[in-house]
Amino acid sequence: MAGRNSATKRPTRTYLSKDQLATAVRLMLTIREFDEQAMALYRAGEMRGTTHPYIGMEAVGTGVMTALRPDDYVTSTHRGHGHTIAKGGDIRKMMAELLGRATGYSGGKGGSMHIADMDKNMLGANGIVGGGIGLAAGAALTAKLQGSGRVAVCFFGDGALNQGILHEVSNLSAIWKLPVVFVCENNQYAMSARADWSVAGGDPAGRAAAYGIPGVNVDGMDFFAVYDAASKLVQRAREGGGPSYLVCQTYRYHGHHAGDPLNYRQKEEVERWRKLDPIDRLTQALLSGKVLTEAEIAATRQSVVEAVQEAVEFAKSSPEPGVDQLMTDVYA
Amino acid sequence: MAVARTAPVARLVPAAVASAGETRVLTYAQALNEALFEEMRRDAAVFVMGEDVAAWGGGGIFGVTKGLMEEFGAERVRDTPISEEAIAAVAVGAAATGSRPVAEIMYVDFMGLAMEPIVNQAAKLRYMFGGKAKVPMVLRAQEGAGRGNAAQHSQSLEAWFCHIPGLKVVTPSAPADAKGLLKSAIRDDNPVIFLEHKALYFNKGPVPSGEHLVPLGIADVKRTGAHVTVVGIHTMVDKALQAAEALTSEGIELEVIDPRTLVPLDEETIFESVRKTGRLIVTHEAYTNAGFGAEIVSRVVTSVFDYLDAPPLRVCARDVPVPYAVPLEAAALPQVDDLIAAARSLVRGER
Ligand SMILES: Cc1ncc(C[n+]2csc(CCOP(=O)(O)OP(=O)(O)O)c2C)c(N)n1
Ligand SMILES: [Mg+2]
Repeated sequence: MAGRNSATKRPTRTYLSKDQLATAVRLMLTIREFDEQAMALYRAGEMRGTTHPYIGMEAVGTGVMTALRPDDYVTSTHRGHGHTIAKGGDIRKMMAELLGRATGYSGGKGGSMHIADMDKNMLGANGIVGGGIGLAAGAALTAKLQGSGRVAVCFFGDGALNQGILHEVSNLSAIWKLPVVFVCENNQYAMSARADWSVAGGDPAGRAAAYGIPGVNVDGMDFFAVYDAASKLVQRAREGGGPSYLVCQTYRYHGHHAGDPLNYRQKEEVERWRKLDPIDRLTQALLSGKVLTEAEIAATRQSVVEAVQEAVEFAKSSPEPGVDQLMTDVYA
Repeated sequence: MAVARTAPVARLVPAAVASAGETRVLTYAQALNEALFEEMRRDAAVFVMGEDVAAWGGGGIFGVTKGLMEEFGAERVRDTPISEEAIAAVAVGAAATGSRPVAEIMYVDFMGLAMEPIVNQAAKLRYMFGGKAKVPMVLRAQEGAGRGNAAQHSQSLEAWFCHIPGLKVVTPSAPADAKGLLKSAIRDDNPVIFLEHKALYFNKGPVPSGEHLVPLGIADVKRTGAHVTVVGIHTMVDKALQAAEALTSEGIELEVIDPRTLVPLDEETIFESVRKTGRLIVTHEAYTNAGFGAEIVSRVVTSVFDYLDAPPLRVCARDVPVPYAVPLEAAALPQVDDLIAAARSLVRGER
């Protein structure tokens, strides 16, 4: 965790402009505020189904996405709001989708776990644990066949580490040298299952060695650490070096979903992780590096709150889909 | 508010059955192979992947992908490791991003390993994303018994896929249909489960060269007849034709219909036939219980009940794992004699 005080000029080749850093702050604040409001709506009974907050994990999605080209592919998980926002998704369409409105990303057909932005090559959240892993490799195969130079990033949780598809796809991607980066968001739990119990061998990044590909562990609460590691692995993939694992140690502050009984972890543990808050650490670094001022950050916070509020109002005032939409979009 | 029960499926008009070149006699496997060659030449987005599709014997255990590797190279003709779930899932991701994969699962029996990406990803992405994605992939596999492959290599599992909205399901029986349907499947913007039959690969038949397209959702009336409608797929089409031939001496005429695709299903052709004959037999190598034949019977009973003179019959496989020994396998499968007996019972009221 050294070197965070030189926020703009890192010892490595990675360099981010003030604009990029300000954008990262804005995205992380937006993710947090969006999910705070989503949980509030859920608790108020205005949202059905379920919602999985990304709060606490903002540095992972944002750090990785900052290392990508806009046309790179991303596959996401059930905890997908953060990935969509970081990929440039529209929070109004997202919030409308959460509330099941016709103006939502999927016209209300998908809900929280099925938001995609195909125009931005955000290939969707996924309700199946591990469901995005093969899709990412498939997108990487398209990139390879088309010679587009695109890279696919696959986000998945520590729980998905134990799905068979990860083994099949890791192996296939390695022998085919597909341009894909597997980003494991180790937030320490899969529902109630602790990762230090469920993941044999202890170090998921170590599994990469079995496929002959790089496996890197990073502090997932540190935007710069994530960004640096992701940049290298993405560039490697883009240059034909093939797949890799990036394991980000992180934490979800809230329950698995808004209705989690949270009986399986200690408050002290939560407090320990909250002290590593990724947004605080990034803003502190940018303040001490004189990249952003207090006033600029406060203004960003304010505008994020307003934007999310506006998205909630947009969603609430949007119509529900007509039943005439029920049978459309099944077939192309 | 009332809504349609099944999703509207875009159908090509019958006029799209275009046959360009001259007609040669090819095997079912050669016809499929020709379709792959033509579609890969036509569209650079089409690629092939699967276990042993490139190197083994120059292209697949039945030769369907033979020679593709030589013409199109290893980038577009990809041998995969034995990873069925990955094959299906990677195909979905490739299709959603602009490729047109034709992926192969060696035996339909192995589809259990690939069901997740087929059922929850391929079939649903478009709907879940409000129509913003398309998944133009073909997943080929072969099914069926008759070659002594026993319980884990002989099943007919088409009903699994018919149950899932968002998938199309194709089951060619004739070589010309194999070619024309595969070409249509590759051009279709939806995930298509393309089920071949292992006992048909070496059957020969006339196949038009060049642009021969058979639209999905158009049945083929193989033989007309006044007394009993027999709807069958794959090997049962030929068995039904044999039964029809045998029954002519008794004055019983069978009308044999090959739906060719189960989703979309050309139910109107079946209804039209039943309106004429008043009797229905459905026949497939898949297990009787919850097989697709039950779906056809249900639709006929619901839609043309008044025309029926007798309860529809299922002449399908017995509800037992497919056995190995010759007499056991034969007894498990529906045979020509079973069709003959069923038709007689319908016409004469014999049970
Ligand atoms: C195939 C599958 N199995 C189980 C579930 C139920 N489920 C949803 S999320 C989840 C935990 C996933 O944990 P992890 O991968 O670590 O992601 P996290 O929730 O921590 O972000 C489970 C068991 C599911 N959605 N899909
Ligand atoms: Mg987890």
